[in-house]
Amino acid sequence: MKPEALMNVRGLGLDVGGRSLLQGLDLQLRAGELLGILGPNGAGKTSLLRCLIGVSRPQRGQVLLQGRELAGWPPQARARRMAYLAQGHVVHWPLPVREVVALGRLPHGDGQRDSGRAAVQRALEQLDLLGLAGAQAQHLSGGERARVMLARALATEPELLLADEPLAALDPAQQLHIMALLRAQAGAGRAVALVLHDLGLAARFCTRVLVLHQGQLLADGPPGEVLDADLLARSYGVQALDLQHEGERCLLPWRLAA
Amino acid sequence: MTALRAGRMDARGLVLWLLLPACLLGLAVASLATGYVDMPLLRLLQGSWAGELLPSRILLDLRLPRTALCLLVGAALGLAGAAMQGLLRNPLAEPGLLGVSSGAALGAVLALYTGFADAFALALPMAGLAGTALALAIVFFLAGRHTSSSTLILAGVAVASLFGALIALVLNWAKSPTAISEIVFWMMGSLADRSSRELALVLPFMLVGALLLWRSRRGLAALSLGEETAHSLGVSLPRLRSLVLLGTACCVGAAVSVAGSIGFIGLVAPHLMRPLVRGDAARLLPASALAGALLLTLADLGVRLLHTQTAELKLGVLTSLVGAPFFLLLILRSRSQMS
Repeated sequence: MKPEALMNVRGLGLDVGGRSLLQGLDLQLRAGELLGILGPNGAGKTSLLRCLIGVSRPQRGQVLLQGRELAGWPPQARARRMAYLAQGHVVHWPLPVREVVALGRLPHGDGQRDSGRAAVQRALEQLDLLGLAGAQAQHLSGGERARVMLARALATEPELLLADEPLAALDPAQQLHIMALLRAQAGAGRAVALVLHDLGLAARFCTRVLVLHQGQLLADGPPGEVLDADLLARSYGVQALDLQHEGERCLLPWRLAA
Repeated sequence: MTALRAGRMDARGLVLWLLLPACLLGLAVASLATGYVDMPLLRLLQGSWAGELLPSRILLDLRLPRTALCLLVGAALGLAGAAMQGLLRNPLAEPGLLGVSSGAALGAVLALYTGFADAFALALPMAGLAGTALALAIVFFLAGRHTSSSTLILAGVAVASLFGALIALVLNWAKSPTAISEIVFWMMGSLADRSSRELALVLPFMLVGALLLWRSRRGLAALSLGEETAHSLGVSLPRLRSLVLLGTACCVGAAVSVAGSIGFIGLVAPHLMRPLVRGDAARLLPASALAGALLLTLADLGVRLLHTQTAELKLGVLTSLVGAPFFLLLILRSRSQMS
Protein backbone atom coordinates (compact mmCIF):
# COMPACT_ATOMS: atom_id res chain seq x y z
CA MET A 1 0.00 0.00 0.00
CA LYS A 2 1.22 3.49 -0.82
CA PRO A 3 1.95 5.78 2.12
CA GLU A 4 -0.51 8.59 2.86
CA ALA A 5 0.07 11.58 0.57
CA LEU A 6 1.79 14.55 2.24
CA MET A 7 0.22 16.82 -0.30
CA ASN A 8 -2.98 16.27 -2.17
CA VAL A 9 -4.15 18.51 -4.98
CA ARG A 10 -7.64 18.11 -6.46
CA GLY A 11 -9.12 19.90 -9.44
CA LEU A 12 -6.78 22.86 -9.10
CA GLY A 13 -7.67 25.87 -11.25
CA LEU A 14 -5.95 29.25 -11.23
CA ASP A 15 -6.88 32.34 -13.24
CA VAL A 16 -4.75 35.46 -13.25
CA GLY A 17 -5.87 38.60 -15.02
CA GLY A 18 -8.64 36.78 -16.87
CA ARG A 19 -6.22 34.16 -18.18
CA SER A 20 -6.48 30.58 -17.09
CA LEU A 21 -3.03 29.43 -15.95
CA LEU A 22 -3.97 26.06 -14.44
CA GLN A 23 -6.96 23.86 -15.12
CA GLY A 24 -8.25 20.75 -13.40
CA LEU A 25 -4.95 19.59 -11.95
CA ASP A 26 -4.81 16.56 -9.68
CA LEU A 27 -1.66 15.38 -8.00
CA GLN A 28 -0.36 13.63 -4.92
CA LEU A 29 3.03 13.95 -3.34
CA ARG A 30 4.32 11.21 -1.04
CA ALA A 31 7.28 10.85 1.26
CA GLY A 32 10.31 9.39 -0.49
CA GLU A 33 9.40 10.80 -3.88
CA LEU A 34 11.55 13.06 -6.03
CA LEU A 35 9.01 14.61 -8.35
CA GLY A 36 10.20 16.46 -11.43
CA ILE A 37 7.74 19.05 -12.72
CA LEU A 38 8.32 19.40 -16.46
CA GLY A 39 6.77 21.33 -19.29
CA PRO A 40 7.61 24.05 -21.81
CA ASN A 41 7.86 27.71 -20.77
CA GLY A 42 4.46 29.07 -19.84
CA ALA A 43 3.03 25.62 -19.12
CA GLY A 44 2.17 26.64 -15.55
CA LYS A 45 5.00 25.03 -13.57
CA THR A 46 5.81 28.07 -11.44
CA SER A 47 2.09 28.85 -11.04
CA LEU A 48 1.59 25.32 -9.73
CA LEU A 49 4.41 25.71 -7.21
CA ARG A 50 3.05 29.07 -6.12
CA CYS A 51 -0.31 27.39 -5.41
CA LEU A 52 1.41 24.56 -3.55
CA ILE A 53 3.20 26.96 -1.20
CA GLY A 54 0.13 29.14 -0.80
CA VAL A 55 1.42 32.36 -2.39
CA SER A 56 -1.27 32.10 -5.07
CA ARG A 57 -4.80 31.30 -3.99
CA PRO A 58 -6.42 29.09 -6.65
CA GLN A 59 -10.02 29.91 -7.62
CA ARG A 60 -10.96 26.25 -8.04
CA GLY A 61 -10.02 23.02 -6.38
CA GLN A 62 -8.18 22.14 -3.21
CA VAL A 63 -4.61 22.00 -1.98
CA LEU A 64 -4.35 19.79 1.09
CA LEU A 65 -1.24 19.53 3.23
CA GLN A 66 -1.42 16.41 5.41
CA GLY A 67 -5.13 16.26 4.77
CA ARG A 68 -5.79 19.83 5.82
CA GLU A 69 -6.60 22.75 3.53
CA LEU A 70 -3.38 24.72 2.98
CA ALA A 71 -4.93 28.12 3.76
CA GLY A 72 -6.19 26.73 7.07
CA TRP A 73 -2.70 26.07 8.38
CA PRO A 74 -1.16 28.57 10.77
CA PRO A 75 1.71 30.06 8.69
CA GLN A 76 4.48 28.90 11.02
CA ALA A 77 3.15 25.36 11.38
CA ARG A 78 2.87 25.15 7.59
CA ALA A 79 6.40 26.52 7.19
CA ARG A 80 7.82 23.87 9.55
CA ARG A 81 6.46 21.13 7.28
CA MET A 82 7.07 22.63 3.90
CA ALA A 83 10.15 24.46 2.70
CA TYR A 84 10.40 26.33 -0.57
CA LEU A 85 13.41 27.16 -2.68
CA ALA A 86 12.58 30.19 -4.80
CA GLN A 87 14.09 31.01 -8.16
CA GLY A 88 16.92 33.50 -8.30
CA HIS A 89 18.47 32.99 -4.84
CA VAL A 90 18.01 36.59 -3.75
CA VAL A 91 19.89 37.88 -0.72
CA HIS A 92 19.11 41.54 -0.13
CA TRP A 93 21.54 42.42 2.64
CA PRO A 94 25.21 41.55 3.22
CA LEU A 95 24.38 38.50 5.34
CA PRO A 96 26.96 35.83 6.17
CA VAL A 97 26.19 32.31 4.93
CA ARG A 98 25.51 30.94 8.41
CA GLU A 99 22.92 33.64 9.08
CA VAL A 100 21.19 32.94 5.77
CA VAL A 101 20.98 29.25 6.58
CA ALA A 102 19.79 30.11 10.10
CA LEU A 103 16.79 31.89 8.58
CA GLY A 104 15.56 28.39 7.78
CA ARG A 105 14.95 27.99 11.52
CA LEU A 106 12.52 30.93 11.69
CA PRO A 107 9.45 28.65 11.52
CA HIS A 108 10.81 26.81 14.57
CA GLY A 109 11.81 30.01 16.35
CA ASP A 110 14.97 28.38 17.70
CA GLY A 111 17.68 30.05 15.60
CA GLN A 112 19.45 31.26 18.75
CA ARG A 113 19.05 28.01 20.67
CA ASP A 114 21.06 24.81 20.59
CA SER A 115 18.51 22.79 18.60
CA GLY A 116 18.46 25.45 15.89
CA ARG A 117 22.22 25.85 15.83
CA ALA A 118 22.65 22.10 15.48
CA ALA A 119 20.22 21.96 12.55
CA VAL A 120 22.05 24.82 10.85
CA GLN A 121 25.37 23.08 11.41
CA ARG A 122 24.02 19.83 9.91
CA ALA A 123 22.68 21.66 6.86
CA LEU A 124 26.01 23.45 6.35
CA GLU A 125 27.85 20.13 6.60
CA GLN A 126 25.50 18.37 4.21
CA LEU A 127 26.10 20.98 1.54
CA ASP A 128 29.80 21.25 2.17
CA LEU A 129 29.51 24.88 3.23
CA LEU A 130 31.40 24.92 6.52
CA GLY A 131 34.36 26.63 4.89
CA LEU A 132 32.08 29.39 3.62
CA ALA A 133 29.98 29.82 6.77
CA GLY A 134 31.47 33.23 7.53
CA ALA A 135 31.52 34.50 3.94
CA GLN A 136 29.02 37.06 2.69
CA ALA A 137 26.30 35.27 0.73
CA GLN A 138 26.08 38.15 -1.76
CA HIS A 139 29.71 37.65 -2.76
CA LEU A 140 29.39 33.95 -3.60
CA SER A 141 29.20 32.44 -7.06
CA GLY A 142 25.84 31.32 -8.44
CA GLY A 143 26.57 27.68 -7.65
CA GLU A 144 27.65 28.40 -4.09
CA ARG A 145 24.61 30.56 -3.49
CA ALA A 146 22.33 27.81 -4.80
CA ARG A 147 23.87 25.48 -2.24
CA VAL A 148 23.43 28.07 0.52
CA MET A 149 19.75 28.40 -0.33
CA LEU A 150 19.27 24.65 -0.38
CA ALA A 151 21.01 24.47 3.00
CA ARG A 152 18.60 27.14 4.24
CA ALA A 153 15.64 25.03 3.11
CA LEU A 154 17.13 21.86 4.64
CA ALA A 155 17.84 23.64 7.94
CA THR A 156 14.06 23.85 8.36
CA GLU A 157 14.05 20.03 8.31
CA PRO A 158 10.75 19.97 6.44
CA GLU A 159 8.75 16.95 5.40
CA LEU A 160 8.18 18.50 2.02
CA LEU A 161 10.64 20.44 -0.11
CA LEU A 162 9.52 22.39 -3.17
CA ALA A 163 12.10 23.95 -5.45
CA ASP A 164 11.60 26.24 -8.45
CA GLU A 165 14.36 25.62 -11.00
CA PRO A 166 17.13 24.98 -8.48
CA LEU A 167 19.45 24.05 -11.35
CA ALA A 168 19.08 27.29 -13.31
CA ALA A 169 22.42 28.98 -14.05
CA LEU A 170 24.44 26.14 -12.54
CA ASP A 171 27.36 24.42 -14.25
CA PRO A 172 27.01 20.68 -15.04
CA ALA A 173 28.97 19.58 -11.98
CA GLN A 174 26.80 21.71 -9.66
CA GLN A 175 23.66 20.41 -11.37
CA LEU A 176 24.70 16.81 -10.73
CA HIS A 177 25.64 17.69 -7.16
CA ILE A 178 22.27 19.31 -6.41
CA MET A 179 20.28 16.51 -8.07
CA ALA A 180 22.18 13.88 -6.07
CA LEU A 181 21.47 15.85 -2.89
CA LEU A 182 17.77 16.16 -3.64
CA ARG A 183 17.65 12.46 -4.45
CA ALA A 184 19.31 11.74 -1.11
CA GLN A 185 16.73 13.95 0.65
CA ALA A 186 13.93 11.95 -0.94
CA GLY A 187 15.77 8.76 0.02
CA ALA A 188 15.83 10.01 3.61
CA GLY A 189 12.04 10.11 3.64
CA ARG A 190 11.21 13.63 2.52
CA ALA A 191 8.97 14.45 -0.38
CA VAL A 192 10.79 16.62 -2.90
CA ALA A 193 9.28 18.34 -5.92
CA LEU A 194 11.28 20.49 -8.28
CA VAL A 195 10.73 22.34 -11.52
CA LEU A 196 13.46 21.59 -14.04
CA HIS A 197 14.15 21.82 -17.74
CA ASP A 198 16.84 19.19 -18.12
CA LEU A 199 15.15 16.07 -19.51
CA GLY A 200 18.27 13.99 -19.02
CA LEU A 201 18.54 14.81 -15.30
CA ALA A 202 14.80 14.34 -14.87
CA ALA A 203 14.96 10.90 -16.50
CA ARG A 204 17.94 9.86 -14.38
CA PHE A 205 17.21 11.24 -10.95
CA CYS A 206 13.46 11.75 -10.53
CA THR A 207 11.33 8.93 -9.20
CA ARG A 208 8.32 10.48 -10.86
CA VAL A 209 7.68 13.23 -13.38
CA LEU A 210 4.72 15.43 -14.03
CA VAL A 211 4.39 17.04 -17.44
CA LEU A 212 2.33 20.20 -17.77
CA HIS A 213 1.09 21.68 -20.99
CA GLN A 214 -0.95 24.88 -21.23
CA GLY A 215 -1.94 24.64 -17.58
CA GLN A 216 -3.13 21.06 -17.83
CA LEU A 217 -1.65 17.77 -16.75
CA LEU A 218 -0.31 15.92 -19.78
CA ALA A 219 1.31 13.01 -17.98
CA ASP A 220 2.16 11.83 -14.48
CA GLY A 221 4.27 8.79 -13.68
CA PRO A 222 7.75 7.26 -13.53
CA PRO A 223 10.05 8.93 -16.08
CA GLY A 224 10.77 5.62 -17.79
CA GLU A 225 7.10 5.20 -18.64
CA VAL A 226 6.09 8.80 -19.19
CA LEU A 227 8.90 10.44 -21.13
CA ASP A 228 8.45 8.80 -24.51
CA ALA A 229 8.93 10.20 -27.99
CA ASP A 230 5.25 10.98 -28.44
CA LEU A 231 5.00 12.96 -25.20
CA LEU A 232 8.17 14.95 -25.86
CA ALA A 233 6.86 15.88 -29.30
CA ARG A 234 3.47 16.89 -27.91
CA SER A 235 4.73 18.87 -24.93
CA TYR A 236 8.05 20.42 -25.92
CA GLY A 237 7.84 19.88 -29.68
CA VAL A 238 11.22 18.12 -29.73
CA GLN A 239 12.68 14.80 -30.80
CA ALA A 240 15.13 13.33 -28.31
CA LEU A 241 18.07 11.02 -28.44
CA ASP A 242 17.17 8.12 -26.17
CA LEU A 243 20.12 5.89 -25.19
CA GLN A 244 21.26 3.61 -22.40
CA HIS A 245 24.55 4.37 -20.71
CA GLU A 246 26.03 2.47 -17.76
CA GLY A 247 22.67 0.87 -17.27
CA GLU A 248 20.84 4.18 -17.03
CA ARG A 249 18.70 6.05 -19.44
CA CYS A 250 20.22 9.02 -21.24
CA LEU A 251 17.70 11.40 -22.73
CA LEU A 252 18.92 14.33 -24.81
CA PRO A 253 16.75 16.76 -26.82
CA TRP A 254 18.14 16.54 -30.35
CA ARG A 255 16.02 18.43 -32.86
CA LEU A 256 12.69 20.19 -33.17
CA ALA A 257 9.89 17.78 -33.97
CA ALA A 258 8.59 17.94 -37.54
CA MET B 1 22.23 41.19 25.46
CA THR B 2 21.84 37.41 25.59
CA ALA B 3 25.01 37.23 23.54
CA LEU B 4 26.83 39.12 26.26
CA ARG B 5 25.67 36.78 28.98
CA ALA B 6 26.59 33.73 26.95
CA GLY B 7 30.08 35.18 26.48
CA ARG B 8 29.71 34.99 22.70
CA MET B 9 30.10 38.66 21.93
CA ASP B 10 32.54 39.52 19.17
CA ALA B 11 34.21 42.84 18.40
CA ARG B 12 31.19 44.10 16.47
CA GLY B 13 28.87 43.26 19.34
CA LEU B 14 31.21 44.99 21.74
CA VAL B 15 31.13 48.21 19.71
CA LEU B 16 27.40 47.98 19.24
CA TRP B 17 26.15 47.09 22.69
CA LEU B 18 28.86 48.61 24.91
CA LEU B 19 30.78 51.36 23.14
CA LEU B 20 27.83 53.03 21.41
CA PRO B 21 25.55 53.08 24.49
CA ALA B 22 28.48 54.51 26.47
CA CYS B 23 28.91 57.23 23.84
CA LEU B 24 25.18 57.90 23.94
CA LEU B 25 25.28 58.29 27.71
CA GLY B 26 28.20 60.69 27.40
CA LEU B 27 26.40 62.71 24.73
CA ALA B 28 23.23 62.85 26.83
CA VAL B 29 25.22 64.24 29.76
CA ALA B 30 26.92 66.73 27.43
CA SER B 31 23.51 67.72 26.12
CA LEU B 32 22.30 68.35 29.68
CA ALA B 33 25.40 70.43 30.32
CA THR B 34 25.08 72.55 27.18
CA GLY B 35 22.84 75.56 26.84
CA TYR B 36 22.69 79.29 26.58
CA VAL B 37 23.02 79.84 30.29
CA ASP B 38 26.60 79.36 31.35
CA MET B 39 26.29 77.24 34.46
CA PRO B 40 28.17 73.99 35.12
CA LEU B 41 26.09 70.82 35.18
CA LEU B 42 27.12 70.06 38.74
CA ARG B 43 25.87 73.45 39.87
CA LEU B 44 22.59 72.88 38.00
CA LEU B 45 22.17 69.50 39.66
CA GLN B 46 22.94 70.84 43.13
CA GLY B 47 20.66 73.80 42.59
CA SER B 48 17.78 71.63 41.34
CA TRP B 49 18.27 69.26 44.25
CA ALA B 50 18.10 72.15 46.69
CA GLY B 51 14.96 73.42 44.98
CA GLU B 52 16.43 76.67 43.64
CA LEU B 53 14.19 78.17 41.00
CA LEU B 54 16.62 79.07 38.20
CA PRO B 55 18.74 75.90 38.13
CA SER B 56 15.72 73.62 38.37
CA ARG B 57 13.89 75.52 35.61
CA ILE B 58 16.93 75.30 33.34
CA LEU B 59 17.63 71.67 34.04
CA LEU B 60 14.16 70.17 34.48
CA ASP B 61 12.02 72.36 32.24
CA LEU B 62 14.45 73.08 29.42
CA ARG B 63 17.41 70.77 29.13
CA LEU B 64 15.95 67.50 30.36
CA PRO B 65 12.95 67.51 27.99
CA ARG B 66 15.19 68.62 25.13
CA THR B 67 17.72 65.86 25.77
CA ALA B 68 15.03 63.24 26.26
CA LEU B 69 13.33 64.32 23.04
CA CYS B 70 16.66 64.18 21.20
CA LEU B 71 17.12 60.59 22.28
CA LEU B 72 13.51 59.63 21.55
CA VAL B 73 13.08 61.39 18.23
CA GLY B 74 16.46 60.14 17.02
CA ALA B 75 15.73 56.59 18.12
CA ALA B 76 12.26 56.68 16.56
CA LEU B 77 13.62 57.93 13.23
CA GLY B 78 16.48 55.41 13.21
CA LEU B 79 14.18 52.54 14.11
CA ALA B 80 11.56 53.51 11.52
CA GLY B 81 14.26 53.92 8.88
CA ALA B 82 15.63 50.45 9.54
CA ALA B 83 12.14 48.91 9.40
CA MET B 84 11.29 50.75 6.20
CA GLN B 85 14.52 49.69 4.49
CA GLY B 86 13.91 46.13 5.64
CA LEU B 87 10.32 46.07 4.41
CA LEU B 88 11.10 47.58 1.02
CA ARG B 89 14.52 45.88 0.83
CA ASN B 90 15.95 49.10 -0.42
CA PRO B 91 18.84 50.92 1.27
CA LEU B 92 17.54 54.22 -0.13
CA ALA B 93 14.19 53.94 1.62
CA GLU B 94 13.59 56.40 4.42
CA PRO B 95 10.79 56.67 6.95
CA GLY B 96 9.15 59.59 5.14
CA LEU B 97 8.74 57.54 1.97
CA LEU B 98 5.26 56.36 2.85
CA GLY B 99 3.86 59.84 3.31
CA VAL B 100 3.44 59.78 7.09
CA SER B 101 5.94 62.57 7.77
CA SER B 102 4.29 64.74 5.10
CA GLY B 103 1.01 64.10 6.91
CA ALA B 104 2.47 65.25 10.19
CA ALA B 105 3.99 68.30 8.51
CA LEU B 106 0.72 69.26 6.84
CA GLY B 107 -1.18 68.93 10.12
CA ALA B 108 1.30 71.16 11.92
CA VAL B 109 1.47 73.70 9.08
CA LEU B 110 -2.32 73.97 8.98
CA ALA B 111 -2.33 74.49 12.75
CA LEU B 112 0.20 77.30 12.38
CA TYR B 113 -1.68 78.84 9.44
CA THR B 114 -5.09 78.83 11.09
CA GLY B 115 -3.80 79.97 14.45
CA PHE B 116 -5.01 76.72 16.03
CA ALA B 117 -1.41 76.20 17.16
CA ASP B 118 -1.85 78.97 19.74
CA ALA B 119 -5.21 77.66 20.99
CA PHE B 120 -3.61 75.53 23.71
CA ALA B 121 -0.19 74.22 24.63
CA LEU B 122 -0.17 70.95 22.71
CA ALA B 123 -2.25 72.06 19.72
CA LEU B 124 0.67 71.98 17.28
CA PRO B 125 1.95 68.45 17.93
CA MET B 126 -1.62 67.18 18.17
CA ALA B 127 -2.39 68.60 14.73
CA GLY B 128 0.74 66.83 13.48
CA LEU B 129 -0.48 63.52 14.88
CA ALA B 130 -3.87 64.04 13.26
CA GLY B 131 -2.18 64.72 9.93
CA THR B 132 -0.16 61.52 10.31
CA ALA B 133 -3.31 59.51 10.94
CA LEU B 134 -4.92 61.01 7.84
CA ALA B 135 -1.90 60.22 5.65
CA LEU B 136 -1.75 56.69 7.04
CA ALA B 137 -5.44 56.12 6.36
CA ILE B 138 -5.06 57.28 2.74
CA VAL B 139 -1.99 55.09 2.15
CA PHE B 140 -3.79 52.05 3.62
CA PHE B 141 -6.84 52.77 1.49
CA LEU B 142 -4.81 53.27 -1.70
CA ALA B 143 -2.52 50.31 -1.24
CA GLY B 144 -5.04 47.82 0.13
CA ARG B 145 -4.20 44.89 2.33
CA HIS B 146 -2.97 42.34 -0.18
CA THR B 147 -0.58 44.54 -1.99
CA SER B 148 2.97 44.53 -3.26
CA SER B 149 5.79 46.69 -1.96
CA SER B 150 5.82 48.74 -5.15
CA THR B 151 2.12 49.60 -4.75
CA LEU B 152 2.86 50.62 -1.18
CA ILE B 153 5.69 52.91 -2.34
CA LEU B 154 3.53 54.40 -5.08
CA ALA B 155 0.72 55.08 -2.62
CA GLY B 156 3.19 56.66 -0.18
CA VAL B 157 4.83 58.80 -2.84
CA ALA B 158 1.40 59.95 -4.08
CA VAL B 159 0.34 60.95 -0.57
CA ALA B 160 3.69 62.64 0.13
CA SER B 161 3.47 64.72 -3.06
CA LEU B 162 -0.18 65.60 -2.49
CA PHE B 163 0.52 66.73 1.07
CA GLY B 164 3.65 68.56 -0.10
CA ALA B 165 1.54 70.43 -2.63
CA LEU B 166 -1.00 71.29 0.07
CA ILE B 167 1.78 72.66 2.29
CA ALA B 168 2.93 74.82 -0.63
CA LEU B 169 -0.66 75.98 -1.08
CA VAL B 170 -0.91 76.97 2.58
CA LEU B 171 2.34 78.93 2.28
CA ASN B 172 0.98 80.51 -0.87
CA TRP B 173 -2.14 81.67 0.95
CA ALA B 174 -0.40 82.80 4.13
CA LYS B 175 -0.97 86.52 4.41
CA SER B 176 1.67 87.83 6.75
CA PRO B 177 5.41 87.32 6.31
CA THR B 178 5.54 86.41 10.00
CA ALA B 179 3.19 83.50 9.46
CA ILE B 180 5.24 82.33 6.50
CA SER B 181 8.51 82.48 8.41
CA GLU B 182 6.90 80.75 11.37
CA ILE B 183 5.80 77.88 9.11
CA VAL B 184 9.11 77.67 7.26
CA PHE B 185 11.13 77.71 10.49
CA TRP B 186 8.92 75.00 11.95
CA MET B 187 9.48 72.85 8.90
CA MET B 188 13.24 73.15 9.30
CA GLY B 189 12.97 71.10 12.45
CA SER B 190 14.06 71.97 15.96
CA LEU B 191 13.95 70.72 19.52
CA ALA B 192 14.46 74.11 21.14
CA ASP B 193 12.02 75.19 23.84
CA ARG B 194 10.13 71.90 24.03
CA SER B 195 8.64 71.03 27.38
CA SER B 196 7.90 67.84 29.25
CA ARG B 197 4.28 68.21 28.09
CA GLU B 198 5.36 67.57 24.50
CA LEU B 199 7.47 64.71 25.74
CA ALA B 200 4.48 63.18 27.53
CA LEU B 201 2.31 63.59 24.43
CA VAL B 202 4.59 61.83 21.96
CA LEU B 203 6.13 59.22 24.25
CA PRO B 204 3.17 56.80 24.16
CA PHE B 205 3.02 56.93 20.36
CA MET B 206 6.73 56.26 20.09
CA LEU B 207 6.53 53.37 22.53
CA VAL B 208 3.62 51.78 20.67
CA GLY B 209 5.40 52.34 17.36
CA ALA B 210 8.61 50.80 18.70
CA LEU B 211 6.67 47.81 20.01
CA LEU B 212 4.98 47.26 16.64
CA LEU B 213 8.27 47.53 14.77
CA TRP B 214 9.98 45.23 17.24
CA ARG B 215 7.30 42.64 16.57
CA SER B 216 8.08 42.85 12.85
CA ARG B 217 11.74 41.88 13.31
CA ARG B 218 11.45 38.19 12.34
CA GLY B 219 9.41 39.02 9.27
CA LEU B 220 11.93 41.63 8.21
CA ALA B 221 14.77 39.13 8.65
CA ALA B 222 12.91 36.61 6.47
CA LEU B 223 12.25 39.28 3.85
CA SER B 224 16.02 39.49 3.28
CA LEU B 225 15.48 36.44 1.05
CA GLY B 226 12.58 37.89 -0.94
CA GLU B 227 8.80 37.87 -0.53
CA GLU B 228 8.08 34.31 -1.69
CA THR B 229 10.75 32.86 0.57
CA ALA B 230 9.51 34.96 3.48
CA HIS B 231 6.01 33.61 2.89
CA SER B 232 7.34 30.06 2.79
CA LEU B 233 9.12 30.72 6.11
CA GLY B 234 5.75 31.37 7.71
CA VAL B 235 5.66 35.17 7.49
CA SER B 236 2.28 36.72 6.74
CA LEU B 237 3.21 39.56 4.39
CA PRO B 238 -0.04 41.56 4.74
CA ARG B 239 0.36 41.45 8.52
CA LEU B 240 4.02 42.43 8.27
CA ARG B 241 3.26 45.38 6.00
CA SER B 242 0.53 46.62 8.32
CA LEU B 243 2.82 46.27 11.35
CA VAL B 244 5.63 48.23 9.72
CA LEU B 245 3.38 50.89 8.25
CA LEU B 246 1.53 51.44 11.53
CA GLY B 247 4.72 51.31 13.61
CA THR B 248 6.48 53.75 11.30
CA ALA B 249 3.51 56.09 11.36
CA CYS B 250 3.47 56.11 15.18
CA CYS B 251 7.23 56.69 15.44
CA VAL B 252 7.68 59.17 12.62
CA GLY B 253 4.38 60.95 13.08
CA ALA B 254 5.20 61.58 16.72
CA ALA B 255 8.77 62.62 15.87
CA VAL B 256 7.76 65.11 13.17
CA SER B 257 4.86 66.44 15.25
CA VAL B 258 7.18 67.43 18.06
CA ALA B 259 10.37 68.25 16.19
CA GLY B 260 9.43 69.24 12.64
CA SER B 261 11.08 67.70 9.60
CA ILE B 262 14.43 66.16 10.42
CA GLY B 263 16.01 64.56 7.41
CA PHE B 264 18.61 61.86 6.90
CA ILE B 265 18.63 60.33 10.38
CA GLY B 266 16.29 57.55 9.28
CA LEU B 267 18.32 57.04 6.14
CA VAL B 268 21.83 57.17 7.53
CA ALA B 269 21.41 55.34 10.87
CA PRO B 270 20.58 51.95 9.30
CA HIS B 271 23.46 52.38 6.85
CA LEU B 272 25.94 52.98 9.63
CA MET B 273 24.75 50.02 11.67
CA ARG B 274 24.29 47.42 8.94
CA PRO B 275 27.95 46.30 8.94
CA LEU B 276 27.89 46.03 12.74
CA VAL B 277 24.93 43.64 12.71
CA ARG B 278 26.25 41.85 9.61
CA GLY B 279 23.18 42.64 7.58
CA ASP B 280 20.71 41.09 10.05
CA ALA B 281 17.49 43.03 9.51
CA ALA B 282 16.19 42.04 12.96
CA ARG B 283 19.18 43.19 15.01
CA LEU B 284 19.39 46.26 12.81
CA LEU B 285 16.23 47.63 14.47
CA PRO B 286 17.63 48.26 17.98
CA ALA B 287 21.06 49.10 16.56
CA SER B 288 19.60 51.70 14.24
CA ALA B 289 17.49 53.19 17.04
CA LEU B 290 20.68 53.54 19.05
CA ALA B 291 22.50 55.18 16.14
CA GLY B 292 19.57 57.51 15.47
CA ALA B 293 19.53 58.68 19.08
CA LEU B 294 23.28 59.18 18.96
CA LEU B 295 23.25 61.14 15.71
CA LEU B 296 20.40 63.42 16.69
CA THR B 297 21.82 64.16 20.14
CA LEU B 298 25.13 64.96 18.48
CA ALA B 299 23.43 67.19 15.93
CA ASP B 300 21.43 69.01 18.58
CA LEU B 301 24.63 69.59 20.56
CA GLY B 302 26.14 70.98 17.38
CA VAL B 303 23.17 73.29 16.91
CA ARG B 304 23.65 74.72 20.39
CA LEU B 305 27.41 75.03 20.08
CA LEU B 306 27.23 76.68 16.66
CA HIS B 307 24.57 79.20 17.61
CA THR B 308 25.03 82.83 16.67
CA GLN B 309 23.55 85.98 18.12
CA THR B 310 20.90 86.19 15.44
CA ALA B 311 19.40 82.75 15.30
CA GLU B 312 19.92 79.18 16.33
CA LEU B 313 20.87 76.92 13.46
CA LYS B 314 17.86 74.67 12.86
CA LEU B 315 18.30 71.00 13.74
CA GLY B 316 16.80 69.71 10.49
CA VAL B 317 19.09 72.00 8.51
CA LEU B 318 22.15 70.65 10.29
CA THR B 319 21.18 66.99 9.90
CA SER B 320 20.61 67.53 6.19
CA LEU B 321 23.82 69.54 5.77
CA VAL B 322 25.85 66.77 7.38
CA GLY B 323 23.68 63.89 6.27
CA ALA B 324 23.54 64.60 2.56
CA PRO B 325 27.30 64.64 1.89
CA PHE B 326 27.66 61.63 4.16
CA PHE B 327 25.05 59.84 2.13
CA LEU B 328 26.86 60.74 -1.09
CA LEU B 329 29.99 59.22 0.40
CA LEU B 330 28.10 56.03 1.20
CA ILE B 331 26.84 55.83 -2.37
CA LEU B 332 30.35 56.30 -3.74
CA ARG B 333 31.69 53.63 -1.42
CA SER B 334 28.99 51.11 -2.27
CA ARG B 335 29.53 51.89 -5.96
CA SER B 336 33.22 51.06 -5.69
CA GLN B 337 32.33 47.85 -3.85
CA MET B 338 29.92 46.85 -6.59
CA SER B 339 32.40 47.30 -9.42
